[in-house]
Amino acid sequence: MSGGGQQTGRATASLRHRLAERGIDPTLLLLVPGLVVALALFVYPFSYGIGLTVQPTAAMQEQWGGGILANYVAFFRDPFVFDSVWLTMRLALPAALFNVLASVPVAMVLRHRFRGKRLLTSLLVLPITLGTVLTAQGLLIFAGRQGWINRALLEFGLIDEPLKLVNNYLGVMFSLVITGFPFAFLLISSYLSGIDPSLERAAKTLGAGWWQRFRRIILPLLAPGLATTFVLTFVLAFSVFPSARLVGDAMGETRVMSLMAFRAFGEQNDYAMASTIALMMGAVELLVVVAVLGLRSLLYRGTTGGKG
Amino acid sequence: MAASTLERPLAARPSTWFVWAGMTAFGVFLVGILVAVVVDSFGRQWFDTWLPEGLTTDRYTEAWDRFALGEVVGVTVGVAALVVVISVLVGVPAAYVLARRDFPGKRAIMLLFLLPVLMPPITYGIPLATVMYSFGLGRTLTAVVLVNLVPSVPFVILTMTPFIEQINPAIESAARMCGARTRQVFTRILAPLLVPGILAAAILVLVRTVGLFELTFLVSGPGSDTLVVAIYRGMTSAGGGEARQLISAMSVIYTATMLVMLVVALRFVNPTQLVAQVKETRDD
Amino acid sequence: MSDFDSLELRGVGRRFGGVDALSGLDLTIKAGEFVALLGPSGCGKSTALNCLAGLLPLTHGEILMDGKRIDTLPPERRGFGMVFQSYALFPHLSVEKNVAFGLQMQGRPRAEIDSRVREAIALVKLGEHARKLPGQLSGGQQQRVAIARAVVLEPSLVLMDEPLSNLDAKLRLDMRTEIRRLHQSLGLTTIYVTHDQEEALSLADRLVVMREGRVQQVGTPDELYESPTSWYVADFMGYRNILSATVVSASGGEAVVQLPGTAEGGARLTGRAVGALAAGDSVRVAIRPDDFVVTQDASDSAGAGAIPGTVSVVEYHGREHAVGVQTGDTMLHARTPTAPQVGGAVWLTAPVERVLVFPESLDAVVPVEVAA
Repeated sequence: MSGGGQQTGRATASLRHRLAERGIDPTLLLLVPGLVVALALFVYPFSYGIGLTVQPTAAMQEQWGGGILANYVAFFRDPFVFDSVWLTMRLALPAALFNVLASVPVAMVLRHRFRGKRLLTSLLVLPITLGTVLTAQGLLIFAGRQGWINRALLEFGLIDEPLKLVNNYLGVMFSLVITGFPFAFLLISSYLSGIDPSLERAAKTLGAGWWQRFRRIILPLLAPGLATTFVLTFVLAFSVFPSARLVGDAMGETRVMSLMAFRAFGEQNDYAMASTIALMMGAVELLVVVAVLGLRSLLYRGTTGGKG
Repeated sequence: MAASTLERPLAARPSTWFVWAGMTAFGVFLVGILVAVVVDSFGRQWFDTWLPEGLTTDRYTEAWDRFALGEVVGVTVGVAALVVVISVLVGVPAAYVLARRDFPGKRAIMLLFLLPVLMPPITYGIPLATVMYSFGLGRTLTAVVLVNLVPSVPFVILTMTPFIEQINPAIESAARMCGARTRQVFTRILAPLLVPGILAAAILVLVRTVGLFELTFLVSGPGSDTLVVAIYRGMTSAGGGEARQLISAMSVIYTATMLVMLVVALRFVNPTQLVAQVKETRDD
Repeated sequence: MSDFDSLELRGVGRRFGGVDALSGLDLTIKAGEFVALLGPSGCGKSTALNCLAGLLPLTHGEILMDGKRIDTLPPERRGFGMVFQSYALFPHLSVEKNVAFGLQMQGRPRAEIDSRVREAIALVKLGEHARKLPGQLSGGQQQRVAIARAVVLEPSLVLMDEPLSNLDAKLRLDMRTEIRRLHQSLGLTTIYVTHDQEEALSLADRLVVMREGRVQQVGTPDELYESPTSWYVADFMGYRNILSATVVSASGGEAVVQLPGTAEGGARLTGRAVGALAAGDSVRVAIRPDDFVVTQDASDSAGAGAIPGTVSVVEYHGREHAVGVQTGDTMLHARTPTAPQVGGAVWLTAPVERVLVFPESLDAVVPVEVAA
């Protein structure tokens, strides 16, 4: 195709041929609306935000120095802001890990047919309808000082005074598990159902016990799905915002990055600093995602059982 | 659960017991949370007792008036409907191209659509909200709809692409060989085949949009708040928040709305089929 | 019924990202002809068919119908019919509506559509299934619907893309006869893509054997079967023994070759040389299993010409037995009426004119390019 010495001698025909070879035809126009949305509402604001981060307010420059990079200096130097990275990770990583690991046995058990399966699956999916805000409200009432949990534990004499289950780290963790677990469960069970059941039966005929079947057959086939699910669950937990504010300790141990970003945006009206924190949030998350996906491709090279 | 109906008695292994125990704990929490909110919303007064003293529905009328819930619910439903329609119209054609064609830059475009789904909403939400305010769109319905499109359009694309991929492309070729023009291929052949997938994606976008807090919160204001945002504002308003029972009543309204939509959704699609086709263990 | 005299493909080619899936295809098809494109998967035969249909844009060459260019037309305006390997029935439409779809696209009157659809369905003997959905039919029935859908439009050209390969063996035979019957009764010009030589030989008036996007040989079934021009075509035409060997001597259109891994001076074959050969050349020898004569007694065999070997496999095939004979490094396939003992010694001979000796290189026989 390099020479362009088309025998047809007709410019239109040879252009048509060249485009055809590259797979370009009018159908591609169907992509345009989607691209416009992505460019106008995602790429443009995002670049604009990056531009904003290097236009710090005068107050920021004065306080932290660093010229146009004052916002970044502030992000790394200001312990009140920087500690939020650690505080976010401390919530998101264990929550995502727990949700994924707990989903595997549950999905394994629910894989088989039994009476009441539909009911149980629906129950597990229910929290999706609750949303973070209602979960927060419910936790405050149910697990609060005078809530049913503490009341029951006191009644049975298991504790002497009410446990502090909300307005702290534990409260946010509860909320992350309640909203994140069903999501992880749904994904894991669909990955699990993508694994051909005859593989396990084949292993059974070869004399593998249930643990060996799980360890040697299911787990390797599920590994890519586990990584994907972990990533998606982590993303969900990482952007925790309403629950950190409502059932956490917003200025203390659950002072997560999104709260800090919103504080700069909504309360201090420092859009430049808000964008900086938001971008750093994306960067930190991306680091974890890349690490997990890298680990996945390092450990597993075969075809996946299910899709993805 | 009679063991005879099971493929294998589930209670046979200690690990199974462990799973059931965990699930019971989860269920207790879940039901506890839900019931607590519902009971609270109907309670007259509820402090240091097992149950509130007396029941009433006053909280609902009170919350409805105080937070202008008529308007809020209207905004919520309207925004959700608009977002669904736009994301389907924009997302399905794009998904079609990505499912069927190979062209230079396809991977880059895929990545572009994947990013908003993988990134924390706040990360792009704050720059996006800043842009909205600088265009004078802050606190408007337009901004709320636009902001919600950012995750919804890619979501439709990412769910519809595999769905379209599993439709045999020869069917479209066959229609063309029968003399159908592009428009006829879409309306007579593809549209009927895509309906289940579009329905599933649309309902999920609806549920997501109604539930999405972070993005809406950044650009909405009085008159453009959706239900979740209104509840959040109620819980965090200056002076320690509104009366707890009012919030509970509002939350119950929210959950009821959501539940109705999800029940409708589940009538059409099995959620576990969205990522992969489910092959239930056959009992043979 | 066909409304053209000749269809001409000139240098038709299709590249995918720098790889030629099809290149330099020249072919003229006359009205009423049944042409089969034959080759293994990936040889470009389906690409050729899709280019002809208009489903794949060309990257080289042109297609002319009675001298008018048609390769710039979209598929729906070429007026061809197509039958797909996967049937490609519209899953949401009943059998009737599948068949009626094309007529509806042409905007025919209702009465005409009804009668033509009924006729076409009767032609493929699916009368009682007319109102069923494709999912309720068997594979063979689905393929018959697909054929009815293609022929109901009385297209000037019918394209068939491996229509039988998803069917089981017995059904495949029945459908083959059915397709032959339809072609003979309707006289529709047909291009048929397959990887099955039996199908191609039994159906087609003319065969086009393809390899790696290029035409290897074109001819009538008889020509290809009796005188393949390369070992590649021979392989397709049932020459199951394709043996690598070295020419010992060549003269007067005959060549003597030595099979590898056999003792010096032993296991030699004499055959007809296809192309110029000289001593020392690497060649491929092609022999049909039924052209071997198997003897179990050394004194019976025709003297020096016989190849000694050991029977390693015997398969029962009804009237005869398929025998695998190990000689040196190669396994020879032969047929005998009586079953020899596994492990026993046998001698194989083949008439000189039934042993074909081809040059090793395939490119040399391709008319377009000669390998250096």
